[in-house]
Amino acid sequence: MIEPIFLAEAAINGIMLGGILALLALGLNLIFGVIDIVWIAYVDLVMVCMYVLYFVVQVYGWPFWLGALAAMAFGAALGVGVHLLIITPILGSAPVNQLLATGGLLFFLQSFATFLWTTDHKSVRLALPSWEIGGIFLPATRLIPFAISILALVGLYVFLTRTYVGTAIRAVSQDREAMALMGASPQRIYIVTSAVGGLMAGLAGALLLFQYSVHPFFGGQFGPLTFMICVLGGLGNMVGAFVASFVMSEIISIAGVVWSTEMGYVIAFVVFIVMIFARPGGILARRQ
Amino acid sequence: MSLLELRGVTAGYGHFTALWDVSLSVAAGEAVAVVGPNGAGKTTLLRVISGLIAPRAGDLAFEGAALGGKPAYEIVAHGIAHVPEGRRIFPALTVSDNLKMGAYLPAARRRFAESLERVYALFPVLAERRAQRAGSLSGGEQQMLAIGRALMSRPKLILLDEPSMGLAPVMVLRVFDLIRRIREEGYTILVVEQNVRQVLKLVDRAYLLEVGRIKMEGRAAELGEQDFVRKAYVGL
Repeated sequence: MIEPIFLAEAAINGIMLGGILALLALGLNLIFGVIDIVWIAYVDLVMVCMYVLYFVVQVYGWPFWLGALAAMAFGAALGVGVHLLIITPILGSAPVNQLLATGGLLFFLQSFATFLWTTDHKSVRLALPSWEIGGIFLPATRLIPFAISILALVGLYVFLTRTYVGTAIRAVSQDREAMALMGASPQRIYIVTSAVGGLMAGLAGALLLFQYSVHPFFGGQFGPLTFMICVLGGLGNMVGAFVASFVMSEIISIAGVVWSTEMGYVIAFVVFIVMIFARPGGILARRQ
Repeated sequence: MSLLELRGVTAGYGHFTALWDVSLSVAAGEAVAVVGPNGAGKTTLLRVISGLIAPRAGDLAFEGAALGGKPAYEIVAHGIAHVPEGRRIFPALTVSDNLKMGAYLPAARRRFAESLERVYALFPVLAERRAQRAGSLSGGEQQMLAIGRALMSRPKLILLDEPSMGLAPVMVLRVFDLIRRIREEGYTILVVEQNVRQVLKLVDRAYLLEVGRIKMEGRAAELGEQDFVRKAYVGL
């Protein structure tokens, strides 16, 4: 029998992980909801941003926070670049071609990263404290990324609900043509959305680098999980993705303590497959 | 001089041609109807004017400026607001956010508060339901919201596509009444309708569109008198 204190710690770690997963999932979901194309390579863009942060901090000696801002700016630029170079030409194509194009980007990024930086794992060493409260261990390397990801999600919420452009982004996801009749150029809305999605990828990369080392296949670690969370929450459904992030992170974290981390992923994927049959529209969708 | 002028406009989708050589004009302050059976090309006509589809041939001018081939988001800025078929409100946005989107253009945004007050005065029910999701409104209220959203862009010309479609008979009368009030405020209106009897009471002139071609044109009162129109569309 596992001691309750370990389960409590696992549950708290699950919440911390859920914050970052939510950031990843909402970034991917935002882009899908508006542009209607799944960026299969989303977490690989995160990986590139992590390398940018690693190099400016470890090689050029920038402070971490400044490097994180640079990674976010780089992510935003990368998002716009991906939209203009890869997404724009295939906007009207068949879904399978869109999948192939963004999947191609994934393999390109993995191979190019391997070519440039080899397959070595690279990490940034951060000297951060840890706290113990009632026997539960709370390291700052988890607490800080969690707090920042929640702040970022609140920021995203405010942006999408309180600003003209944010409201227009939501409007486009509901009716693209009607929004053109309001005077909004769809392409401009797409570019803003891609920039915001890229910015979130940059931020997620910075937060992941607190705990994980980066390597060219980092996308394989979080990419399928992120995609799974989006589907589980209902593609394009932001609240659903938020809830699904914490459901998945808790499964992984608690099963990880009870059995093993590998088993945690196995159970998460099994839950996903079962849910796809039980609620194909996502956990928050109404039953038909 | 006419506000809107179409000369020899031909348009369609893919290999299908929905409009053939259509010429039409609307003068400032006028209310004009385009009537005709289902599939006559009425919706296509409005979609060409608002830029949702590009004409294949012909000229389209608004206040003397050529608009043919310009995208929809640029045409709004010239002062044409399109209330599309099926209303097309943003269902998950609140009523007030829908109206906010109507004033998306910078020029309209600057006069947002003033426009909002006018729309709420015209449609008090929208003010009552401002915080509600637009998708939860009744059909008639959604139509009012779609018209209100169009007014938020401060247009000179309003294109209305089947404003009475799918509404209960009582609501149809109310919507026509509201369109009459909008008219009285000085807006120029081009309306497409299947409810010919009601719409002919509302407008100054009307065009009869059949299988993509203008078949007849005249004062609304005269057109309503024609045996042919009465039998075919008014149901008298």
